[in-house]
Amino acid sequence: MADEGMTPWKDLALGCAMSEPGSSRRFNTGDWRSRRRPITDREKCIKCGLCWIICPDMAYTPDPEAEGYYKWDGYYCKGCGICIEECPKDAISWQEEKEEDKYGPACGS
Amino acid sequence: MGRRVGLEVSLACAEAVKLCNADVIAAYPITPQTHIVEHLAELVAEGHLDAEFVPVESEHSAMSACVGSAAAGARTFTSTSSQGLALMHEILFITSSLRLPIVMAVANRSLSAPISIWNDHSDIMAERDIGWVQTFAENGQEVLDLMIHAFKVGEDPRVNLPVAVNMDGFILTHVIEPMVMPDQAEVDAYLPPYKPSQWLNPAQPISLGMVGVPEVYTEAKKANLVALEDSYPAIVEHWEGFAKAFGRSYQPIESHRTDGADTLFVTMGSLGETCMSAVDQMREDGRSVGQVRIRLWRPFPVDDFLAAIKGAKNLIVLDRALCPGILAGPVATELRALLYAKGVRPFVANFVAGLGGRDVTRTDFVAMLDKAEQAAADGQEITCQMVGVKE
Amino acid sequence: MISAAEALKDFQKITPKNIPLVEPFSKGHRACQGCGEVLALRLVAKAVGMDMIAVSATGCMEIISSPYPQTAWEVPWIHVAFENAAAVASGVEASRKALIRKGRIKDDGAKVVAFAGDGGTADIGIQALSGALERGHDFTYVCLDNEAYMNTGIQRSSSTPYGAMTTTSPPGPKSRGQMTWKKNMPMIAAAHNIPYVATASPAWHIDLMNKVKKAVTVPGPAYVHIYSPCPTGWRCGPEVSIETARKVVQSRVFPLYEVIDGRFVLSRDIKKPIPVKEYLDTQRRFRHLGEKDIAYIQKRVDDDWARLLSLVQATNPVAAE
Repeated sequence: MADEGMTPWKDLALGCAMSEPGSSRRFNTGDWRSRRRPITDREKCIKCGLCWIICPDMAYTPDPEAEGYYKWDGYYCKGCGICIEECPKDAISWQEEKEEDKYGPACGS
Repeated sequence: MGRRVGLEVSLACAEAVKLCNADVIAAYPITPQTHIVEHLAELVAEGHLDAEFVPVESEHSAMSACVGSAAAGARTFTSTSSQGLALMHEILFITSSLRLPIVMAVANRSLSAPISIWNDHSDIMAERDIGWVQTFAENGQEVLDLMIHAFKVGEDPRVNLPVAVNMDGFILTHVIEPMVMPDQAEVDAYLPPYKPSQWLNPAQPISLGMVGVPEVYTEAKKANLVALEDSYPAIVEHWEGFAKAFGRSYQPIESHRTDGADTLFVTMGSLGETCMSAVDQMREDGRSVGQVRIRLWRPFPVDDFLAAIKGAKNLIVLDRALCPGILAGPVATELRALLYAKGVRPFVANFVAGLGGRDVTRTDFVAMLDKAEQAAADGQEITCQMVGVKE
Repeated sequence: MISAAEALKDFQKITPKNIPLVEPFSKGHRACQGCGEVLALRLVAKAVGMDMIAVSATGCMEIISSPYPQTAWEVPWIHVAFENAAAVASGVEASRKALIRKGRIKDDGAKVVAFAGDGGTADIGIQALSGALERGHDFTYVCLDNEAYMNTGIQRSSSTPYGAMTTTSPPGPKSRGQMTWKKNMPMIAAAHNIPYVATASPAWHIDLMNKVKKAVTVPGPAYVHIYSPCPTGWRCGPEVSIETARKVVQSRVFPLYEVIDGRFVLSRDIKKPIPVKEYLDTQRRFRHLGEKDIAYIQKRVDDDWARLLSLVQATNPVAAE
């Protein structure tokens, strides 16, 4: 449909405001990655959380299933490689990635 | 029902803002607006008005601060003139697009160059398309009344638009006039506290001023366009309400001795009073002449205007600003386009008068009528003819 | 109004152990790969928390966070234009002040924070900023300095460093790239005698967050100037953003300091600086520079550092003894 994603003018909020905070969470920036993704070797990881705090795209969050570790989210990771560059223990490295494997766990639902 | 006072019109304008209990005033001084903001600063300093007075460093910041203030939920006022209005230009469009009911008093003054502090309408005519409700006052009482009406209209949940009240610089702003000052209780009854339908509320966050991607820009503009058109019933309704509450009535287009007149003057602002007096004299002299005054400039009251000029053979449209390159003043340009679209074809003579503080006298109106009648009889065009220009 | 020092007397520092988990700035924003500016913005937002009212100037961070209908803001946010973030913020602050005083809204302790890039701060927005700082509004202004107009395609600003290649300061036979020295915005802010001014780099994220937390804690205006690496505009790999943000400090090119009630405090005393060349080499925007250019830059960086140290000494008489 040509007008997919378009809003009828009568349905726009006053002043074209957006009343749903953080609606960008539904936007997939993971498909900006090209052919590789960062992968953490938890054997080497010292749970410092640097990957979490310095990720511009908030692709890392505290892992609810593994205390102290941080899980990576392919839905948001743009593949900049800052986490790999900055990890003090070189625990994060590139891994080849096929297009169909790109998106990781879906988020924002 | 109010009390009779003699007051400088600028001070009356400020008193109206006080009666409306504005929360924030952000303004920058420019002649001839200064007395308005000086008096407001005094009212705040003396504790008569509980408001934040933000003495900003430019008109651009004045309007920007007003946007922030109104978006955060405050009843917000500013005032400016001329170059100051031009400096606000960029933000004026954003104000109406974000649907913020700021009220602004514009003390109309000419635009540079040459620099002139005196009155004409070149400042506001350069801002016709800002998407604001725009009204024009002819005397001090009207300034006072239109200010109160402006807050009422702008904040109406059906409207949510900024309102500019135009008053001629010096000719109105700096003269002392008799007027009726409403009581606080009367104004409170007419104008309840502002309840914004949305604001920058941490408990209910909104994002305001997002990027208008091509998929939404057209729809956003359509919504703005319709909002201004749809403000008309509220504007009229609140004038009716005003008449009930304060006993003074206003209409979008006001007529003076139009009955059976062949020729009608079309005026805006304080020139209207001189014109009325000239029309009265000419009627006594047996001339078939009347007058319509445009009080509501935006949204333009098309039907009211057509009804007011019905039957007239000639219109004399007075402009107090120029549209260089098209040989008609802004008001004449618009009215001719409107009449053409509506299939109404009076002879339209267009004079430009009163630029940069040049006086326009009753004699000038008589001369304009003479010329217009002659031109109509001869089938000659009169457009953008400058009254009193020294050749 | 109490002084910044008094307001910070019981300041609870952010440490690696209590980094705020909240993300008032959300995922799914459209900043470039490796954007140091959005990282700085994210860190600022974490430090301020969910009771922030954000005002953005037009610029990279505004467009990447708000293409309708996707907003990355979890807090109230307004964007009006390019040059007026400080003026808009002053209006928001004045509004809240009036409405709280008149009992129309409750005092929820929300912090008004304005964001702008270097162009929106040091060039087109400097007047509005100066006015808002001078008037004493209780707000924090954050300059996210990526040293050029990146949103419009890498044009030079007054904050572009000497020698840098941009699309409007291209090097050539008659040009060395940017021919002027970077405007010193934090010092200009400090000259307004506001309670708090700080510089920060995302390579020191805890320091950055603490400075922001201090900025929103002190009453009155605060100014935080954050060096914000732009891999796209600086011609470097996205992965070296943080490294660049580290080396700029280690080379004394961008010193980290605070100005608290007029008192200059060095956040990091760089006793053994790396040569500026080592910093310049991280970015291809400087690669046309020759030895003479680099020597000139080194000399001016040394002079600026010495001047900063003298300000630290002059404003800390006890420490100088």
